[in-house]
Amino acid sequence: MKNDNRNPIIAIEDSIVQVRDLNLFYGTSQALFNLNFDIPRNKVTALIGPSGCGKSTFIRCINRMNDLVACVNINGSIQLDQQDIFDKSVDVIDLRRKIGMVFQKSNPFPKSIYENVIYGLRIGGVTEKPVLEEAAELSLKRSALWDEVKDRLHQSAMGLSGGQMQRLCIARAIAVSPEIILMDEPCSALDPRSTAHIEELIRELNGEYTIIIVTHNMQQASRVSDFTAFLYEGELIEFGKTTDLFTVPVKKATEDYITGRFG
Amino acid sequence: MTEDIQSSIEGLKQHMIFLGTVVEESVTTAIKAVRTLDNELAEKVLDGDKKINSLEVNVEELCLKILALHQPVASDLRFVITVLKMNTDFERIGDLACKIADKVLLVNRTRQALGSSSPIIMPSEFDEMFETTQNMFSFCLDAFVREDSDLCYKVCVMDNLVDEAKRAIRIDLEEISKNKPELQPYLPMILSVARGLERISDHAAHIAEDIIYMLQGRIIRHEISI
Repeated sequence: MKNDNRNPIIAIEDSIVQVRDLNLFYGTSQALFNLNFDIPRNKVTALIGPSGCGKSTFIRCINRMNDLVACVNINGSIQLDQQDIFDKSVDVIDLRRKIGMVFQKSNPFPKSIYENVIYGLRIGGVTEKPVLEEAAELSLKRSALWDEVKDRLHQSAMGLSGGQMQRLCIARAIAVSPEIILMDEPCSALDPRSTAHIEELIRELNGEYTIIIVTHNMQQASRVSDFTAFLYEGELIEFGKTTDLFTVPVKKATEDYITGRFG
Repeated sequence: MTEDIQSSIEGLKQHMIFLGTVVEESVTTAIKAVRTLDNELAEKVLDGDKKINSLEVNVEELCLKILALHQPVASDLRFVITVLKMNTDFERIGDLACKIADKVLLVNRTRQALGSSSPIIMPSEFDEMFETTQNMFSFCLDAFVREDSDLCYKVCVMDNLVDEAKRAIRIDLEEISKNKPELQPYLPMILSVARGLERISDHAAHIAEDIIYMLQGRIIRHEISI
């Protein structure tokens, strides 16, 4: 399979991220192999593949979270708006403002719901109360949480349910108007109802934001995404429209993985 | 305990093959009944319809169970969807075999009522129609079992032969109607047999198209004229 990574880059009419010849090493161990693909703007792209295939490693490249890991060595490029994000001139804080992230385990700050949502704006220097209040309301409405928390905005976020906390994290991510939202298995710790809420939210945000979601749930990938990338052992095996990939996959490895024959 | 999807799919395939062989037997018997005007064979076809209906329901339930429990994708999804569609075609082919068998009974009843002993003349194109229709259905079953898309394309081509044979039979029957007026009461029944066979071949062509989708992921319906 290692030599099977000769996918032509699928032509995406309007791509926001262009990944070119991306290799990533943890010390001497290579985790990503020569990734080449474009991520469409304002669409949902799902990354699927067995554990350890490099999905999370890859999305952590996009907002340079891997910079925090000492032994990581990256070559190749990821272009965002025609600029290589690995370029020395790139301000990482600014990059992370453009690229929000939601993790597997929700991580609200031990502050009020309101303070959580406006945290990024405060850090960015916004101090005007009306602006912050409007941003908080809008973000909570967009993350479908407003109706549930509007009467207790100043209570601790730690009192929310798991699903509500995850939607709060999404609200916090969108409050700073990012271009891209990275989601690393955002529903893996949630019950089916909360999962349905998050999936509905992803569908609603689709068209306004570029969302890249890592998921182990095939049905979730097929439900929420427009495009899907299948990674295996650090290589991009197949990338295409989700409807095509889940009905007529081109590569046998994709077929075998999504039908549960391996992985 | 819930079966894994591969075992469920394999089980569904076996049920489908069994239903297919029962329907094939029904079509073969109906054709034999027409050839020999044998009431006993015709009754056998009619008696077998309940079994086909029950097998059809069983296959549909299995498909629904797989869809609900396993949410299949890719080749598994195409397989289940194809089986659901083929299942309906199989059941309708079974119904058409019954209609053909019915006509045999009707011809014999009419002959008895009229006290006629003159032989029933079947247009010669029926021989080709019988053979082609039976082969089309057998090829569909083979293509399903062996996952052979070439055989499916062959079935689509054969459908045209049956359509032509039916047109020729209609013209022949008009001639017979003029030249042998004593056979006129039977001609609508004979034409109805030809129509039944033609519809069986249409269903077989649909099945072949669905198997191509199952194997290649291409929907060729309305797309090609072979």
